[in-house]
Amino acid sequence: MQLALNRLKETFGDSILETHSCLGNETAVVEKEKIVEVIRFLRDTQGLEFNFMMDLAGADYPERSERFEVIYHLYSLSTKKRVRIKVRVPEANPVVPSITSLYKAANWFEREAFDMYGIRFDGHPNLKRILTFDEFEGYPLRKDYPVNKRPKIPTPDPLIKV
Amino acid sequence: MQLGDIITTRIDEVVKWGRKFSLWPMPFGTACCAIEFMGVVSSHFDISRFGAELVRFSPRQADLLLVMGTVNYKQAPILKRIYEQMCEPKWVISMGACASSGGFYDNYSVVQGIDEIIPVDVYVPGCPPRPEQLLDAVIKLQQKLQGIKEEN
Ligand code: SF4
Repeated sequence: MQLALNRLKETFGDSILETHSCLGNETAVVEKEKIVEVIRFLRDTQGLEFNFMMDLAGADYPERSERFEVIYHLYSLSTKKRVRIKVRVPEANPVVPSITSLYKAANWFEREAFDMYGIRFDGHPNLKRILTFDEFEGYPLRKDYPVNKRPKIPTPDPLIKV
Repeated sequence: MQLGDIITTRIDEVVKWGRKFSLWPMPFGTACCAIEFMGVVSSHFDISRFGAELVRFSPRQADLLLVMGTVNYKQAPILKRIYEQMCEPKWVISMGACASSGGFYDNYSVVQGIDEIIPVDVYVPGCPPRPEQLLDAVIKLQQKLQGIKEEN
């Protein structure tokens, strides 16, 4: 069952910071510098073939020193296995390498994580807000975003480009 | 000429009477409430009994804006522009908790009532409101057009 995690540990050694596997949910926390390599390895290695990027999300843990987490959910259409990869980034420099070069599907997911948490994806072709509007201030899913804060109603019509 | 062949009235009374039975709604349906509107226009509830069945999808051809559903901040300028594109005279019905107050979406993304952006004539409570409630709103608007004050 733990094939993917074992292969990762063999190949990347100390760059795999943590792993756990519970009821078939395999999770690995990896160094953010290695994320593109790790995902490429999972996608291209025979026997693993995680060829479907199902989800990419951000998360905020204010009590941690590395406050933000980016979580990748991969699925293999040939082996029917799933794996979850996480990277952690500090608030001061929340930058993660983009995986859009591997999966085009990651484009909008990374934009969403940027929009909601302010995590920046290095190498993303078009990193701008996707759900809120360009003038929106702050990152609404961060735990310290004030509950009662309301944005100003955007004045220029977003449909009309001047 | 016999008694009853002629009635006298004021021109603005006739205009008001005509207007109130020929409202042309423009549906601004953004969420679940708009589904309820389909019931209102369909045969069972039949909004045409009140002369407001001619649904137009161009604000230029409508005089009643029906805002049905959740309106978020990103959408607010679009709603405002659609309201501005309608010719005078024009009226607005805000259908449902979301359009009237933000509803349970008390958060960063949803406008807390469309009256922050455009004037509203009739608010309809409910999540979603029953079709009868929207018909009631149309009747209330008709009374308003005729200049009848609500008695209660
Ligand atoms: S008021 Fe209720 S039914 Fe209407 S749009 Fe909001 S959530 Fe949907």
